Amino acid sequence: MITTEQVAHLANLARIALTPAEIDKLTGELGTIVDSIAKVSEVAGPDVPATSHPIRLVNVSRPDVPGATLSTEEALAGAPEHDGARFKVSAILGEEQ
Amino acid sequence: MAKPELMDYDKAIELFEPVLGFEVHVELNTRSKMFSDAPNPAHPDFHVAEANTQITPVDLGLPGSLPVVNEEAIKYSISLGLALGCSIAPSSRFARKNYFYPDLAKNYQISQFDEPIAFDGNVEVELADGRTFQIPIERAHMEEDAGKLTHVGGATGRIQGAEYSLVDYNRAGVPLVEIVTNIIYGAEGDAPELAKAYVSAIRDIVVSLGISEARMERGNLRCDANISLSPRGSGKLGTRTETKNVNSLRSVERAIRYEIQRQAAILAGGGTIIQETRHWHEDTGRTSAGRPKSDADDYRYFPEPDLLPVEPSTQLIEELRAALPEPPAVRHRRLKESWGFTDLEFQDVVNSGLLVEVEATVTAGASAQQARKWWTGEIARLANAAGEDAATLVSPQQVANLVALIDDGTLTDRLARQVLEGVIAGEGTPAEVVESRGLAVVSDDTALIAAIDDALASQPDVLAKIRDGKVQAAGAVIGAVMKAMRGQADAARVRELVLERANA
Amino acid sequence: MTFTRMTASELGEKLAAKEISSVEVTKAHLDRIEAVDGDIHAFLHVSASALSTAADVDSRRLAGEAMGPLAGVPIAIKDVLCTHDMPSTAGSRMLEGWTPPYDATVVRKLREAHLVPLGKTNMDEFAMGSSTEHSAFGPTHNPWDLERIPGGSGGGSAAAVAAFEAPLALGSDTGGSIRQPAAVTGSVGVKPTYGGVSRYGAIALASSLDQVGPVTRTVLDAALLHDVIGGHDPRDSTSLRDEWPVFADAARAGRDGRSLKGTRIGVVKELNGEGFQAGVRSRFAEALDIMSAAGAEIVEVSAPNFEYAIAAYYLILPAEASSNLAKFDSVRFGLRVNPAGGGTVEDVMAATREAGFGDEVKRRIILGTYALSAGYYDAYYGSAQKVRTLIQRDFDAAFEKVDVLVSPSAPTTAFKLGEKLDDPLAMYLNDITTIPANLAGVPGMGLPMGLAPEDGLPTGMQIMAPARADARLYSVGGALEALLEDSWGHTMISQAPALEPTEMFAARGGEV
Repeated sequence: MITTEQVAHLANLARIALTPAEIDKLTGELGTIVDSIAKVSEVAGPDVPATSHPIRLVNVSRPDVPGATLSTEEALAGAPEHDGARFKVSAILGEEQ
Repeated sequence: MAKPELMDYDKAIELFEPVLGFEVHVELNTRSKMFSDAPNPAHPDFHVAEANTQITPVDLGLPGSLPVVNEEAIKYSISLGLALGCSIAPSSRFARKNYFYPDLAKNYQISQFDEPIAFDGNVEVELADGRTFQIPIERAHMEEDAGKLTHVGGATGRIQGAEYSLVDYNRAGVPLVEIVTNIIYGAEGDAPELAKAYVSAIRDIVVSLGISEARMERGNLRCDANISLSPRGSGKLGTRTETKNVNSLRSVERAIRYEIQRQAAILAGGGTIIQETRHWHEDTGRTSAGRPKSDADDYRYFPEPDLLPVEPSTQLIEELRAALPEPPAVRHRRLKESWGFTDLEFQDVVNSGLLVEVEATVTAGASAQQARKWWTGEIARLANAAGEDAATLVSPQQVANLVALIDDGTLTDRLARQVLEGVIAGEGTPAEVVESRGLAVVSDDTALIAAIDDALASQPDVLAKIRDGKVQAAGAVIGAVMKAMRGQADAARVRELVLERANA
Repeated sequence: MTFTRMTASELGEKLAAKEISSVEVTKAHLDRIEAVDGDIHAFLHVSASALSTAADVDSRRLAGEAMGPLAGVPIAIKDVLCTHDMPSTAGSRMLEGWTPPYDATVVRKLREAHLVPLGKTNMDEFAMGSSTEHSAFGPTHNPWDLERIPGGSGGGSAAAVAAFEAPLALGSDTGGSIRQPAAVTGSVGVKPTYGGVSRYGAIALASSLDQVGPVTRTVLDAALLHDVIGGHDPRDSTSLRDEWPVFADAARAGRDGRSLKGTRIGVVKELNGEGFQAGVRSRFAEALDIMSAAGAEIVEVSAPNFEYAIAAYYLILPAEASSNLAKFDSVRFGLRVNPAGGGTVEDVMAATREAGFGDEVKRRIILGTYALSAGYYDAYYGSAQKVRTLIQRDFDAAFEKVDVLVSPSAPTTAFKLGEKLDDPLAMYLNDITTIPANLAGVPGMGLPMGLAPEDGLPTGMQIMAPARADARLYSVGGALEALLEDSWGHTMISQAPALEPTEMFAARGGEV
């Protein structure tokens, strides 16, 4: 059973300012969807390995050689706000991670 | 902010057992970044750059961009894991750690979670009195660094009260290895010293491997320290705090000591410790409360679908193992012997955290005793006064050059100290400072003799005493000559010449 | 025959023979777009430089430069792919007007092979949907019936080729976004083996499922385009290093041979039963008969775990998507919405994501966040990854017995716009036929199978081959296409209604 509190918490984790109406609507929809997909947990036993990549490859890497970089202009071209060199954001509530 | 109450340190240790844990982040000095081919600012060739110039679409997390692992970073990580005495995982994986923060371009960090590349290791560290301590290593895993934030407006560039922040992603994607210890018991009152010795040992290891610049003040090496206090006899672990922003060996020691005293005062007063991140402030010598740990720390780790498992061959692992430099403990024994140091002299170097510098100075041509004397003496003193790590003030090559100038008679020890100050002040190499400050010893006897003759002529009473055999009277003349030469003369030579001229 | 009715291979041959110019061909398609796209709305952006690109190709050809078989042929590009000279929005308000500083690898390959980009095609926002109704810029309409959906998420690319606005298009397929639109618009679409085509520059939906592929009107054209875009890319770690055969050769051999002698064709029992429209089933049965008559051995195979495919898919996809879409935070690119009265960067990010994402995107992000969150991971995401293993095993077992697997590409013909918009679960169930191939990474093709008798709308056949055996899709598909057209006496797409030029002018010159 999914509650509105859970959906509000998930919205916070996902950084989406959902409206109360959206939270209500999503709570119902998610409940239905989760009910219908919960059966995945019944199919595979502990002996079945997980598949994270459809085609299994290993040790894919690149040589340690620097290549072309973006120009400052290119880097900042799509930015909503910048100071000519860096991206500008509003004050941060949290702290250094 | 009211000054928090601190318990006397010895009292704290009497009442509580400190329990430690460390997370040390090491920036690797590969030429390119962990997951992109942008130049790596943690490589000495790419230190200096304008903001947002060392980036590709990958580092900026642009839509559609994809990471590709740097093969050299994998090798460095394996080498580090081996040097930490770890097992190397036959298969390890990258995982995404999901959280929103403006310095994190994708709002997830590519890290490793349940399958790190190295695990179950052990690092031997030495305390000042020569006792050794085994630090158990839980794991070492690969990940990427985040960008850098600059807080503008408000007070002193701190995050609190800032009006806005600016983001530079040059550092985003710099390869990191995070070394995580198991819980460390039994440090007792040595906890602060042990912490410093541990970080110093990690630094020695990565420097000897050549995989990081390991400059703490540049953030190449960063230590997060977990500390809790267990009331004696309770058999229960206390609530821990995680202290961040500890940017020098010295502050590692101070921060642990502070946190023990702070927690002890709270616990003794009947309070509870909040599980939280704390920030060390070098200037005030305190930690301040940061973000409380909570359920919101749900990082939703899952295997990184854009990257494949890393499965190093036994052959590669054994090649890297064979290429490892000798372990620090073995190295210590060898160096002590080859330098002919006493236990005390060698321990002095180790305790100062300057073994690497002394060795490099010897390699650059200085005698072991001179290298030891300068690093643990004058340089350490100046570093202490400036509140910085000695290694950051001057390079081993410069110290070796300075010693060479003393050895060839160009400088006296006293002059050399002035030259050192000049070098630290950024005035150039020792030879350049000698030149620009005009500090060389006056070795021209003609100039000395003229000064001596002047001094003897102006102090006939002294001259008479010397001629009477009262040699100690020469001191006054020597002093006058040294003053006239502005100290740039070899006092022993002056003495010789004074006696010679007086009796001529 | 007008240029717009020609196939890409015909255009390529005539261009190579210098009988026609790329400028003429490109102009004809731009005119067609202008004439019909007001009704279809396949394009979000029409290139302002298509004609100059075409002129450049023509002059290079006249100068004697060696060129590939599709040089000078126009192509439409799904808006999920980054193009340095055109906005790339992935159908989202979040990226409205955003032009990336780089080209997706497949786009670079198109340019290097001298194809002429016509513009960017409409899609469900971030490729989440099966109807293109979830585009932030309005739905695309099915050329067969403007009241109906063109499929999704790549409805724009499918509609563009079905409406003769482009002979070729690129799509991306995460759970059927190429094959299902092909089915409902009467076009051909291929999802290559996972890793066969680079994902670099394709705005990610679900990284372990996404694959870029061709959208065309004929099997040969799909093969020709696949030959251009396929191959190893060092910028995509999941890209395969295989040497691929020339797919166009396989398609031609299939078409010319018209024989399926000795080919073992498996009919997936679980993908042809309840819930499949009568006309889809009857056309599918006819196609099997035709293949049997051409010498194929038809075998029924069971894939018992396909039953769980949708459930696994709707955990894996939202989980990966919730992480992939976290980068849309208003800091480095795209939309920024400042909440009333200002706020911290956290508030700005949350307000931006609230305003910039549509309902379906939010629904899936929340679902994916849930599936990955502490305490639920093992039950949901972990279990879904295990189901994926079981589905791969079903494929492995089936391919022990047969060379290719077949099913209808979609359970029904095109439904009406708005019909399933309020029922996300019903919309998800529509993907039952196409999802298993994405979960297992195997290649799949959708191609026309005839019109459903009850509504006269296209139905599609899906062919699936083992991983890395994409060439089989083209040889079997080429043969089936020729055999069906022989039986009908015409191509299926030729039966599509002629579209009247609309008074409304199509989007042109950068407006979405």
